[in-house]
Amino acid sequence: MAKRIDVKDLNIYYGKFQAVDGVTLSVPPRSVTAFIGPSGCGKSTVLRSLNRMHEVTPGASCDGKVLLDGEDIYASTVDPVSVRRTIGMVFQRPNPFPTMSIKDNVVAGLRLAGTKNKKELNEVAERSLRGANLWAEVKDRLDKPGGGLSGGQQQRLCIARAIAVQPDVLLMDEPCSALDPISTLAIEDLITELKQQYTIVIVTHNMQQAARVSDQTAFFNLAGVGQPGRLVEVDGTEKIFSNPTQKATEDYISGRFG
Amino acid sequence: MVRPGDRIFRSLTSGAGVFIVVLIAAIGIFLLLRAIPSLQRDNVNFLLSRDWVTSDPANLRFGIIDLLWVTVATSVVALVLATPVALGIALFLTQYAPRKLARSLAYVVDLLAAVPSIIFGLWGIQVLAPQLLPFAEWLNEYLGWIPIFALGNVSTGGGGNIFISGVVLAVMILPIITAVSREIFERTPTAHVEGALALGATKWEVVRTTVLPFGKAGFISAAMLGLGRALGETIALTTILSATDAQPNYTIFDGGATFASRIALGSAEFNDNLTVGAYIAAGLVLFLITFAVNALARTVVAGKKEYA
Amino acid sequence: MTTSVDLERPASPAAFRPIGAVRKSKNLVATVLVYLSFAIAVVPLVWVLYTVLEKGLGPVLNADWWGNSLNGLTATQFGGGAYHAIYGTLVQGVVCALISVPIGVLVAIYLVEYGARSRMAKTTTFMVDILTGVPSIVAGLFIYALWITTFGFTRSAFAVSLSLVLLMVPVVIRTTEEMLRIVPMELREASYALGVPKWKTIVKIVIPTALSGIVTGVMLGLARVMGETAPLLILVGYAPFINYDIFSGEMASLPLLMNTERATGTEAGDMRVWGAALTLVVIIMLFNLIAAIVSRLSAIKTK
Repeated sequence: MAKRIDVKDLNIYYGKFQAVDGVTLSVPPRSVTAFIGPSGCGKSTVLRSLNRMHEVTPGASCDGKVLLDGEDIYASTVDPVSVRRTIGMVFQRPNPFPTMSIKDNVVAGLRLAGTKNKKELNEVAERSLRGANLWAEVKDRLDKPGGGLSGGQQQRLCIARAIAVQPDVLLMDEPCSALDPISTLAIEDLITELKQQYTIVIVTHNMQQAARVSDQTAFFNLAGVGQPGRLVEVDGTEKIFSNPTQKATEDYISGRFG
Repeated sequence: MVRPGDRIFRSLTSGAGVFIVVLIAAIGIFLLLRAIPSLQRDNVNFLLSRDWVTSDPANLRFGIIDLLWVTVATSVVALVLATPVALGIALFLTQYAPRKLARSLAYVVDLLAAVPSIIFGLWGIQVLAPQLLPFAEWLNEYLGWIPIFALGNVSTGGGGNIFISGVVLAVMILPIITAVSREIFERTPTAHVEGALALGATKWEVVRTTVLPFGKAGFISAAMLGLGRALGETIALTTILSATDAQPNYTIFDGGATFASRIALGSAEFNDNLTVGAYIAAGLVLFLITFAVNALARTVVAGKKEYA
Repeated sequence: MTTSVDLERPASPAAFRPIGAVRKSKNLVATVLVYLSFAIAVVPLVWVLYTVLEKGLGPVLNADWWGNSLNGLTATQFGGGAYHAIYGTLVQGVVCALISVPIGVLVAIYLVEYGARSRMAKTTTFMVDILTGVPSIVAGLFIYALWITTFGFTRSAFAVSLSLVLLMVPVVIRTTEEMLRIVPMELREASYALGVPKWKTIVKIVIPTALSGIVTGVMLGLARVMGETAPLLILVGYAPFINYDIFSGEMASLPLLMNTERATGTEAGDMRVWGAALTLVVIIMLFNLIAAIVSRLSAIKTK
């Protein structure tokens, strides 16, 4: 049920400060789009505006359009809760709920949605954990707290939690930045598998990672100090990394700044 | 080499620290020392007697069982009424109220703590009690078959009962419970809140899955700090509670006295050391109870702080 | 799982999963209850303040109130004033503050600058918490057992001040400690680097930086102790006339005046009770207000 996302003229503000200026891009279904760029260029902010998570920050607002299969997620009739139910998110630091067991963490979203059937919950837990390549490691300790897992396992647990509600889109905000190389590799493999079913948008600081996992890459940059971040260019990953249109992209990718 | 100035200043401040520890110990010791002579001359069982006759130092008859009942009952009523409301207020101030307003609104709740307790007492008996009388009578009449709502040992109409005391105490302990739980709820990690939001949780579901599990221990100890306040409250209850010698019926419409209000009422006859010793013995019990409640509450909060 | 989702779908805009009515109404109920709790807290506050204002404004607006005592008046006679009680409340509070502030500030300095994470500091912190929870009547009894029974002094306003010290010290410690902790470490290091000894650094650099916070603590502490009644009942008698001597004789204070006059049951007594209540509330609010203003000013400075 993967869906496409179209962003049109998106401006994002924190209070009076404009953080992001005029972003327009499209994310095709069943593909991985990577957002890259220097720190503070607004890539995470754009990502968080795709499922209305940014408005949790006090004072944050935006204008422009974000369309999910043609439906505006910012339309006045749309409840942000149902947007987030449809567009899942994985965060920079793994954040399993500390008071819940591994299994309860995975099915937390379903429980909230009102599923009470134990058999169904167990099935979903297993399917999601398998989907997140974690089943084999935790199947014997499903009732233990999620906080007892390693960082990489916790992050896969969070991915399992996100896919358990069968979202249409999965947003990932630097999901590997707190992990060691082996865990990173495991997550990257997982992303490649997940794109068969989901539309994925991932923010990353690691350009090799963007090159390895994404089909499309968007490069963000700051117009200057104190200026809003903007989208410099978006294109096929291979094109961006071999022959970018913009000078700034090339400079960034070749490591000349950022 | 340590400079003399540093040495003196260091000893001075450490001495002040030691002073606090000694002070607490001294409270216990002096109360105990002054209570012992009177306890030795007590002609009835101190723990189990219902008597309180201390005007004649040669024939002391004092026991705390009734005081214990009224003290615990008023505090429990206060706690039952105050905790859900304080929980709601703390959630309101940390999760629901607009950020810009939250600070001013929190100040409004804190103002409750600034009202002197004697004013709460007067307001309780003169203003609040008549307003709550229909409700109290309704409880008596229709729920009277439940023992705690039955008629008490003083007239319900007078309002000088555990029920009214509990309501007033509830108002008085709201600020402390709210302030402590607010502090804990505010520390709920953003990552957990965002995790719940990203799963499509409604506001209430976010609170239920993240804020409440995180703040549970802190809230319990906040409630216990409130309990400590309620147990020791003096003048408000002295003002409200109707004195009586009648056997309590163990209902919330009983009158009588708490540890603290009994001491306050007896202050007029503080002229003989043996008489005073009886009150000091009651004060010692109150000190030990509040010490235990507060110590337990603080230990829970302290543990929680390190965890966070 | 897929089926249940598919069943719900057609009822809503195609793109988003709808939220069940049950969840929505639970959320609504919770929101209403949470807002309601706050409203419940405001009701008694407004009600109490309104009562005090309504009943107390009359006597307080009388010119005699601020310049006369109740000397020679019987319980049924109207008139007279409360200046003897206002004096008592203020002087007992000030004497208490004079003792509490040095102790409180020294303990706070010990906890922040010297104690660090030592066992003694932890014990002290714990005991400060316990002291915060000591009922005021117990503080009164303790001073009675120490000052009057053991040392043989008579009841006096000074004994009252001593018992109030027990209640005020923890407030001063807490606020001072908090302020000392936010004084930046760099400030201390800059001073050490100049060869200034630690105690001078604390006295000349750290305390002045934290001063506004300390003042806030003192004001809040004063506001707390001046409303106290319980220890006063035990430690000093009420006098309807002025007594300037804190070491001997009976002395009035606003809470004691209220407690004495409420027992009269007369109309004149009732007016005095509520007049004193209003006066007390005004004094306490004034100290709270000063505390709020001072802390707000200092909050700007630290940022």
